[in-house]
Amino acid sequence: MTASNISPLKGLEGGDSSRAIGNVLRVPVASQELASQKQVPLSADKIIEAKNVSKWYGTFRALTNVNLTVRKGERIVICGPSGSGKSTLIRCFNRLEAHQEGEITVNGIRLHNKMRNVTEVRKNVGMVFQHFNLFPHMTVLMNCMAGPMWIKGVPEAEAKKIALKFLERVHIPEQANKYPVQLSGGQQQRVAIARSLCMEPAVMLFDEPTSALDPEMVSEVLETMTSLAREGMTMVCVSHEMGFARAVADRVIFMDWGQIVEEGKPNDFFTNPQHERTKLFLSQILSH
Amino acid sequence: MLYQDTVESEVLVHKPWFVASTFAIVLAVFLMPDLASTTLGDIMRPVIGDPLQSGFYGRVVLAFVIAVMFCVNIVLIGFAPLKAQIGIVWVELLLLSLAFFKVFNLNMPFIWENLPYLITQGLVTTVYISAVSLICASLVAIIAAVAKLSGNGFAYAIASFYTSFFRGLPLLIQVYLIYLGLPQLGIVLSAVPAGILALSLCYGAYMAEVFRAGIQSIDRGQWEASRAIGFGFGLTMRKIILPQALPVVIPPTGNMFISILKDSSLVSVLGVWELTFVSRTIGQPTFRYMEMLITAAVIYWVISACLEVAQSRLERHYARSKVR
Repeated sequence: MTASNISPLKGLEGGDSSRAIGNVLRVPVASQELASQKQVPLSADKIIEAKNVSKWYGTFRALTNVNLTVRKGERIVICGPSGSGKSTLIRCFNRLEAHQEGEITVNGIRLHNKMRNVTEVRKNVGMVFQHFNLFPHMTVLMNCMAGPMWIKGVPEAEAKKIALKFLERVHIPEQANKYPVQLSGGQQQRVAIARSLCMEPAVMLFDEPTSALDPEMVSEVLETMTSLAREGMTMVCVSHEMGFARAVADRVIFMDWGQIVEEGKPNDFFTNPQHERTKLFLSQILSH
Repeated sequence: MLYQDTVESEVLVHKPWFVASTFAIVLAVFLMPDLASTTLGDIMRPVIGDPLQSGFYGRVVLAFVIAVMFCVNIVLIGFAPLKAQIGIVWVELLLLSLAFFKVFNLNMPFIWENLPYLITQGLVTTVYISAVSLICASLVAIIAAVAKLSGNGFAYAIASFYTSFFRGLPLLIQVYLIYLGLPQLGIVLSAVPAGILALSLCYGAYMAEVFRAGIQSIDRGQWEASRAIGFGFGLTMRKIILPQALPVVIPPTGNMFISILKDSSLVSVLGVWELTFVSRTIGQPTFRYMEMLITAAVIYWVISACLEVAQSRLERHYARSKVR
């Protein structure tokens, strides 16, 4: 199928559009009402600030002059075709990847090659991976306790309390003493979310958290993320769950070829995309 | 376990062609040696007459009897359940090897008389040398493995030179080099420390490669998750990577441990009173080499078997986070 013979806005035109999007929503309709009701003021603290960020893998340019500011309480969803640099971008935010040009500041700390306090940054930036990456040799409880105990020096009893609190928060306290392999994919991902929350981060990064899950498990993870968002957690989420984006995002960002092509409020983004690439992309992911 | 298909295949040892060809092979093999003068020949006296006079006829009959017994045996074992099969075959092989030792006409009282000394002096020294070398070798190996994986060119160069050098020289030459060569530098080691040093360095080099492979087998995502939480290199290594690499390296490391135990016998060239040296020394004056060597062999085997059991216990222990 070539790009030219796709109707760019199939299922997105006029009054049909909301229904078309409604079809792919996996978030309860009621919660959609909450979508970006309260505006994050421009005066809010900047948690992440990326200025003119560029990154190369050898000679391949993965990111090109990316500018992005994430303020406290903001919920941002990044989408785009595979290989467009979305994951690379958020992995730069906790320095899992190094950028070569431009400036990234997280929580007031500038990220660069010779930084000595990268742990200070990572303590405050939670990350949830596509493939969960739970520690298979530790119980669920220990997965959650490890961070507070070994990084923050929290005593064991208290770390356990924290871990149980957040496992409760993701609705699986009863699995605490199991090993990750004994859980379903959705449960594992919720544990991964709890593990990050235990560090009480200032911002959570989600790297395609639902794309490795069986379809029936996507909603339980999305529900967890939605309720997190509603509690005011600052989130940057790489995801193709457009229903989720519509329900919780303050801003939706579309990336392609390592650049931010378009960004906007979810309503504008979905009903009235500006760029051809965005239209094509939306028609492709919404048309099936 | 290999992958077991859900469809049961026909038992191989019950297939006529397999039994027939096994019969032919065993018959051919046992036609070669002259078994007339053995106990078996004596037992068959009613059929073949005087074993020593039986000639070609006797040979064929003996080989035929052995082939029939062998085939009946494997067909019967084929009917037993798995566990019983393993047990029966073990017992049979054990009996056969005992029969082999019996051929030497060993002087049992001589063995029982010297066994206590063989154990208190020889075995104790062997176990002591192996255990110390084993611990040192593991430490050296972990450091070398991490150095080889690190981005530090200096560390990599030293570690790779070390593994190349000590894997490339025969252990016997290393033992001599360390015992006779180091004094040239003014470092005089007595025999036991020299032996321990040689064993540790040699096996450290082998195990470095095993540990490196183990560390590399851990998914990149584990590093990423660990670093993303904020763990530094040391914490990631100690708490996340090595505990997961450990179960992977247990089988090859078990090999290394058994190998160290046996190769500690090379230290006997330095005159250390370990098991091999003691057994040779006791056997020498009375020319009862075989008694002592076979006793030493059995002792080595028993200790190795203990290590094997320990290995399988450990494997089972670490399998627990993998079960579904």
